[in-house]
Amino acid sequence: MAVHKFSSCDGCQLALLNLGESLLALQEAVEIVHFLEAGPSDPEAPVDIAFVEGSISTAEEAERIARVREHSRYLVTIGACATSGGLQALRNLDRSERAWREAIYARPEFIDSLDQATPVREHVAVDLELWGCPINGRQILGAIASLLHGVPPIEDADKVCLECKRQGRVCTLVTRGVPCMGPVTHTGCGALCPAFGRDCYGCYGPAENPNGDALARRFEGLGLLPEAIARHFLFIHSHAEPFRTVGTAWRAQREKDDA
Amino acid sequence: MNQSGFLPRADLQRLIDRLRREHADCLGPQVRDEAIVFASLERAEQLPFGYLDRQRPGSYRLEFGDSERAFAWANGPQALKPLVFEPEQPMWHSVRDPDGSLQFHPVPAKPSSLAVIGVRACDLAALALQDAHFLEEPGDPWYAARREGLFLVAVHCTHPAETCFCASTGDGPSCGAGFDLALHELDEGFIVEVGSDAGQAVFEALQTLPVAPGQRAAAEAQQARAAEVQQRRLPAPARLAELMQAATDPHWEEVAERCLSCGNCTAVCPSCFCHRHAETPALDPSRSGHARVWDSCFSAAHSLLHGRPLRAQTAQRYRQWLTHKLAGWQVQYGRIGCVGCGRCISWCPVGIDLTAEVDAILGEVHD
Repeated sequence: MAVHKFSSCDGCQLALLNLGESLLALQEAVEIVHFLEAGPSDPEAPVDIAFVEGSISTAEEAERIARVREHSRYLVTIGACATSGGLQALRNLDRSERAWREAIYARPEFIDSLDQATPVREHVAVDLELWGCPINGRQILGAIASLLHGVPPIEDADKVCLECKRQGRVCTLVTRGVPCMGPVTHTGCGALCPAFGRDCYGCYGPAENPNGDALARRFEGLGLLPEAIARHFLFIHSHAEPFRTVGTAWRAQREKDDA
Repeated sequence: MNQSGFLPRADLQRLIDRLRREHADCLGPQVRDEAIVFASLERAEQLPFGYLDRQRPGSYRLEFGDSERAFAWANGPQALKPLVFEPEQPMWHSVRDPDGSLQFHPVPAKPSSLAVIGVRACDLAALALQDAHFLEEPGDPWYAARREGLFLVAVHCTHPAETCFCASTGDGPSCGAGFDLALHELDEGFIVEVGSDAGQAVFEALQTLPVAPGQRAAAEAQQARAAEVQQRRLPAPARLAELMQAATDPHWEEVAERCLSCGNCTAVCPSCFCHRHAETPALDPSRSGHARVWDSCFSAAHSLLHGRPLRAQTAQRYRQWLTHKLAGWQVQYGRIGCVGCGRCISWCPVGIDLTAEVDAILGEVHD
């Protein structure tokens, strides 16, 4: 097994390192040949499972992900960045990136990034995508355990709501009128935010068959202004459909209102 | 008429104490996370005295008033379903022996003993529907054990919500059967009615007072009013069966534009019983667990056949839910699957109202 890092914050790798006792069981079950955050370094070694964290944001990364694909039997993306482009993909929405770069950095000429930050899927074939910002240990152990059993891992793509209700949580949108993204968001987090009484902000990305338009209209009914609605969809997964289309439509609405 | 007696408000604690002595736990309605939910009840003061629920499509709000009553509200986000049909029930685990053979170890059902105060007529009707599903031979051992251990203290509903329509399904607002004890809440206390042998024993120990004629009349009047004030309704079952002929109605697509297919309606529905079977593999490849997990006809996985979803579109999923609930159940279980509790209306994040959708599809007009 290998864990590769691209443009990312390392949070998903920490989800692996924070497994606790399961980490010992993992050591028994697999040989970890490359995982810089944990120590082992052999990026070119052929592996059965390659976990990939991070978006593809530079030319070097675009070239490196192709090599990872070549020597990996299963390529599994972990987290928002690798799976949908993540926060970095926000710059894909803004054509003034060069101006930002020059305003922020003392030596912008050292920055060598591609026009867009993109998910791994747009560069090479991906066998399984684990959504989440960050992912959690349960997802990664579930994937490894299934592969060890020789069965394709099942990544449940239901909405957060189903898990929220299984846990007996009371709906924050219905009782408080807060703009919860749960009804369009991919499950897997264990309904973490609603468990603490706050609305889901969509960090697991779009669920299967999401109706972003209907939820956005509901947010409008709750009193959100177009820019606030846009920001709910254009946050951690701004590059993933339908969040991108819904969010940019509401941003265009704000721009129209401004004009 | 059931045997009955009057329990002064100050003596409610004696009922709770008795139930706590006889059962592993006693649940009662309490305010948690801005809703009325069932939670472990030790003292009568924990009950939601003075609270009212204001329910509208997609909205549930509690208001605190000066009411003396503990049950002046309609219902909370869940009925009895999670107490008997566990959201996640481990069923077995399997072990592969070194010779390659598989051993299956069932998870035995544990005996249960649970009293619940504050059950509504709609909750009882839904429980009877779940019984019809889960206790049908050979029966579900986990459900059966939990069901067997239930002692139910119903409270006749006096404050239906704007979303309620139990009077039109014939399931409320008064409790007819299926309870051990039932309470009429009056300003000064409770009329206690006996519904079972187990209820009779508790009733006798309570040493209630005789019910005054005025109290009986007040109880009857508030039940009549609770039926009259309901604003929503469902057509008769024979009419609802016609939904099966409306498979190509364009209105399904219209609903699908609003529907999030999030499954909240099915999760809060007290009669919905759909579930999936989920493997929980361990890192040790010689072991694997297997659980039954709440599912919804609004998820793609629920309609997978040979790896492809039979109902990929939201319109198909909504149609499946509504036609099964209101028409298919009549063939399967001899009655519609809806008890008029209105939860699917209040807890739908976008406020879709099944009574309005049914009327639109059947062309029903109410005055």
